[in-house]
Amino acid sequence: MAAKTPSMRALSRYLLRPQASLHPTRPSKPHSKQYSAAAAGARLNVPLEYDSTPLLNHTSKSALANPELPEHIRKGQTKRINLYTAVNEALRYALQTDERVLVFGEDIQFGGVFRCTMNLAADFGTDRVFNTPLSEQGLVGFAIGAAAEGLRPVAEVQFADYVFPAFDQIHNEAAKYRYRSGSTGVHCGGLTIRMPSGSVGHGALYHTQSPEALFTHTPGLRVVVPRSPVQAKGLLLSSIRAADPVIFMEPKILYRAAVEQVPVDAYYLPLDKAEVLKTGKDVTIVSYGTPLYTCSAAIAAAEKDFGCSVELIDLRTIYPWDRETVLSSVKKTGRAIVVHESMMNAGVGAEVAATIQEQAFLRLEAPVKRVAGWATHTGLVFEKIIIPDVTRVYDAIKKTIDY
Amino acid sequence: MSFRYSARRLRAQRLRATPNASRAVSTPWPCRGVASTANAEKVLFPGALNSEFTNTLSFLRPSKSKDAIPTYRCLNQYGDIIDESVGADTTDEEALQLYKNMVTLSIMDLLMFEAQRQGRLSFYMVSAGEEGISIGSASALHPSDVIFTQYRESGVYLQRGFTLAQFMNQLFANSSDHGLGRNMPVHYGSKELNIHTISSTLATQIPHAAGAAYALKLQNQGTVGRIGAPASGEQEVERVAVCFFGEGAASEGDFHSALNIAATRQVPCIFICRNNGYAISTPTSDQYRGDGIASRGAGYGIDTLRVDGNDIFAVRRAVKEARRLALEDGGRPVLVECMAYRVGHHSTSDDSFAYRARVEVEDWKRRDNPLTRLRKWLEGRALWDDAREKELRAGTRKDVLRAFETAEKQKKPNIKNAFTDVWEGVTEEQRAHVAEMADILKRYPKEYDLDGHEGGAGGLDELLQKK
Repeated sequence: MAAKTPSMRALSRYLLRPQASLHPTRPSKPHSKQYSAAAAGARLNVPLEYDSTPLLNHTSKSALANPELPEHIRKGQTKRINLYTAVNEALRYALQTDERVLVFGEDIQFGGVFRCTMNLAADFGTDRVFNTPLSEQGLVGFAIGAAAEGLRPVAEVQFADYVFPAFDQIHNEAAKYRYRSGSTGVHCGGLTIRMPSGSVGHGALYHTQSPEALFTHTPGLRVVVPRSPVQAKGLLLSSIRAADPVIFMEPKILYRAAVEQVPVDAYYLPLDKAEVLKTGKDVTIVSYGTPLYTCSAAIAAAEKDFGCSVELIDLRTIYPWDRETVLSSVKKTGRAIVVHESMMNAGVGAEVAATIQEQAFLRLEAPVKRVAGWATHTGLVFEKIIIPDVTRVYDAIKKTIDY
Repeated sequence: MSFRYSARRLRAQRLRATPNASRAVSTPWPCRGVASTANAEKVLFPGALNSEFTNTLSFLRPSKSKDAIPTYRCLNQYGDIIDESVGADTTDEEALQLYKNMVTLSIMDLLMFEAQRQGRLSFYMVSAGEEGISIGSASALHPSDVIFTQYRESGVYLQRGFTLAQFMNQLFANSSDHGLGRNMPVHYGSKELNIHTISSTLATQIPHAAGAAYALKLQNQGTVGRIGAPASGEQEVERVAVCFFGEGAASEGDFHSALNIAATRQVPCIFICRNNGYAISTPTSDQYRGDGIASRGAGYGIDTLRVDGNDIFAVRRAVKEARRLALEDGGRPVLVECMAYRVGHHSTSDDSFAYRARVEVEDWKRRDNPLTRLRKWLEGRALWDDAREKELRAGTRKDVLRAFETAEKQKKPNIKNAFTDVWEGVTEEQRAHVAEMADILKRYPKEYDLDGHEGGAGGLDELLQKK
């Protein structure tokens, strides 16, 4: 006994050392050294600096300078919040202003495993914010029925990786409801399906996926991926208000990591416009969600090293997407790179690249490059070599410019 | 799903710390976080609160039980009322109307099946043997109740007032078709009659009905204002959602998830299963091993009844009572399994004699069917005779054929309908596709036959002009 006690203490001391939590509901540091530590000597693949990235509004002034915001918002107040809080605020506003809005899904009532629905059940009652049984096809089908009878349900699928049981309901039912109802005019456009998606450093096969391309192949759906708290709030409110079913994919790694100044009052961002985050003249990078931060870091390094100028575009709405903004940029720069986390084959990049090839053929000075996940699954310890990182984007810029 | 354990744990802690009153009210079966005490008589596991301990090791073995759930009926095969104290629960005029509608449905089925065989329709599905289920249940509902159907419930449409012209317009996918020529025949839909448009995907409508019923529940309670004003002259009543499906569709995951969520949310929804013995060629013995569909209801905590589907009075009484139960205490789901036999082929694309004996079908036709049973009752009350039967059949035949010919002559819908209603508006991408298609039509006019469509090849122009 006496001999055992010290070793137990040593073990518990070891286990208590700060490390990345698998637990999404507990405050964690997504970029702690445990799983995204830079290799010794790394210059490009270093942890992303969310505190200083130019993609987030670190001051109230920059947040309010957004020309897409209406006048009264631009004169209003801002508050520094993270992405899950922005989602929560959007849901709260939607519940407050429209009695037809419902929020439900698995484990919603206590606040959700990512805290996005915190305090909503207590404030709006469990008739409007409630848990469903653990069945994605059931809860999405339920949402479609409620929407078809005029409500505006916001259903949550706990992880995008688990949306597949509901794929039939989304693809064959939600997307086709208005079309097949014809002149009866019945539709389920009030429907919004939220789902956390994308890599998180240690999610392995079933907590990492970005299945947006599967939904961009379905006419009748809108697919939206926000990159920041400002976008999450404005795009989610627009999605809930939209008369089409919307798949709203929230990059879960940004829930806590992305913090910025967000207007306190409610506002709506357009569901059919891309956003030019940085102008440039030599190459255009098109991306959305988390990889935009990777791109931004890679651009900073590349511009410094090669003296080039890179334009960065956030697609925001993946389908229907803003071809005009992308094409006019590529016609200017003559070169394009598309970056996303999900697999390259038949991904969003394939559609963007094919459209650029078709519409800007004579202006292209290099092949359109795709930086995307490889044709494999995201095995736990291999994420660092599968998900596009700063080095791969940096190299893509180099190759595209040198072509 | 690996992260779930954490959520459960946190929720329990939170509940203990701050008991949420509103949650306890809305949850019919509050989850108690109490472990069993040393000498408790009951188990008190949160997953089954009323389970008592037993010292006997005894598996529940439904396969050994000889008693199937009984089948409720009012009329016997000879058209006699079994319980005179209950009677037929209908007026004579009502009964006559039900009979006329059943006859109309069976005549329409016969003629349309034949029309398909002649190549004048692309597809058809008959309701033979199941006319009593659709017409009987529809007659027991309020016109404003919201209905979801599978595809073998044409009688629901007929009973609610869908006209022969409307049936024919849909079958021919002409320009008057509510579906704008987009759906296969028999995929009817009507906003006025509160029936959602049919989709071919089986069982997907079952969770829709649960969700719609939840919307109706909120409207019944006044939490949400009524969506869509009641039709003129219609009184505002509490509404239920009703969902029809076959016993084969009940094997889909959507059936399971729908009944479960309907029960946990306590929605006013009536699930009506047509158990007709076959899913295309698959007999029920290959579909399930339990006691039909009704036996599953209890597992979900849903009030359930099995009914003789050939007895229209039994179906009516069952659905009327189901409706009352569904609206009781703010709402609850009810399951009704209607037993029947699919007398016709599955569809015009099916020859059912490939998997069942012709004699079996003939036997069912002769021995018992919903039309003859009601006719016998009517004749017993001197409300019906051969002359009236002959007159009704001849008249209906004429009406159907007239509607058929009118619909067949009508033009097909404008070709712009190929592109509209995918999203609320026409997208930029679609506009480009329309422009490309219009260009093709212009340069290869002889390759396309669009004269039969309203607006002809110029149908797309309207979409190109709007910007």
